[in-house]
Amino acid sequence: MPARVAVLGGGVGGTLAANLLAKGLGRDVKVTVVDPTGMHVYQPGFLYVALGQANGRWLARDERTLLRKDVDLAVERAIRIHPDAGTVQLERGGSLEWDYLVIATGARLVYDTVPGLAQGAYEFYSLEGAQRLREALRTFRGGRIRVGIAGIPYKCPPAPVEFVLMLDGYLRKRGARKRSEITLLSPLNRAFTIESASKLVQPIMERRGIGLETFFNVESVDPSAGVVESLEGEKAEYDLLVLVPPHRGQRVVDQSSLGDPGGWLPTDKRTLQLEGHERIFAMGDATNLPISKSGSTAHFEAPVVASRIASLVHGTAPKTNYGGRVMCFLETGDGRATALRFDYEHPPIPPRPSRAWHAAKWVFNRLYWETVPQGRIPERASKGRGEA
Amino acid sequence: MTLATQVDRIIDARGMPCPGPLMALIGAIREGEVGDAITVLSTDQGSKTDIPAWVRKAGHELVEVAPEDGYARFVVKKAR
Repeated sequence: MPARVAVLGGGVGGTLAANLLAKGLGRDVKVTVVDPTGMHVYQPGFLYVALGQANGRWLARDERTLLRKDVDLAVERAIRIHPDAGTVQLERGGSLEWDYLVIATGARLVYDTVPGLAQGAYEFYSLEGAQRLREALRTFRGGRIRVGIAGIPYKCPPAPVEFVLMLDGYLRKRGARKRSEITLLSPLNRAFTIESASKLVQPIMERRGIGLETFFNVESVDPSAGVVESLEGEKAEYDLLVLVPPHRGQRVVDQSSLGDPGGWLPTDKRTLQLEGHERIFAMGDATNLPISKSGSTAHFEAPVVASRIASLVHGTAPKTNYGGRVMCFLETGDGRATALRFDYEHPPIPPRPSRAWHAAKWVFNRLYWETVPQGRIPERASKGRGEA
Repeated sequence: MTLATQVDRIIDARGMPCPGPLMALIGAIREGEVGDAITVLSTDQGSKTDIPAWVRKAGHELVEVAPEDGYARFVVKKAR
């Protein structure tokens, strides 16, 4: 009888792990992906939608078309995981039995944890949010734009920096830059989490006249007064406010009592096993790992998860560990970008921003659908190339 | 180890890379009550500058910074 693998989540990590397992184990495995929407969304595209450089149609595809034919897809919401029974309870009453479980459920946005955020702030962390922001920017004639972060951890740590740098060019092109003030409100004492990359982008921000307010952990928004307030007791007035919404792990993690207080799964940083559970693996945004929440992380974790499950199925010694590898681009505006390549032990040394890296990001954006979910970017080739 | 202040919460952030220990402290300050003393244990070198700088900016009180064997101990009192 083939080993039954349930994969919760049809994002980058879940889709790639499912395809690699089915490809690698053939008849020895039966893989089922469980995803509540059945749609696969390319989230790095939201930034471009918000700035009018891409439309939403390009960003979503039917998950079925990305999975191998021998992988089953259940368009269902998983509501509870029973680790001891080896089952997952589904919302419509069914239950799925598994021998191995992969939890790749991602993060969810919890707007209501910051008072006034939903009413007072725009965001580009969902397609709808990015489209609303695009419309607001289209009619923006000038004023104070504040861009901040309403909770850590959040997906794609450089995204707010990319946004302010690209927004500068966007407003210049529309003749509204001189009448506008752009400020990044950072929760840290630098532009974003990665120190070496902050050192690269901060002088660029300064040259472009983009303000940086440090140690500004957003506490509340007063939409009627147009004021955002920080935990540190500071206030910033705005005409247009863009905030990264707070993130949490998915409900299924909370409902199964498997997560930490933030709903993130306690995960072994090398084996990617859920702590205390040999047959359960966690990956991507859903984990508590001290590494960027990004599609790239999930992309590099998926082969490790697939390989480790294959070893367990065959009763052989595990062949791989996850070393914390991540590779992503960082748009610096004006058609230039840099690249961040790092792992647990090695912080990134970003190259000077260039048009070539920007072009590489666009090529990657276009090729994503035909390459990443299917595992068509081999390990070696992806070493020097990138992803969003 | 003797503590100058009664500690209400201990965050063991040893092994956590930057900015993890500071973020854990910020989370604890958010959740805590005025007057609470929070201890953070950190192996991250960045914490030595980040944590005092944040505490100053946020208007709390840095009660103690103590080097321990391979890590540093910070005691922060929520002042407002």
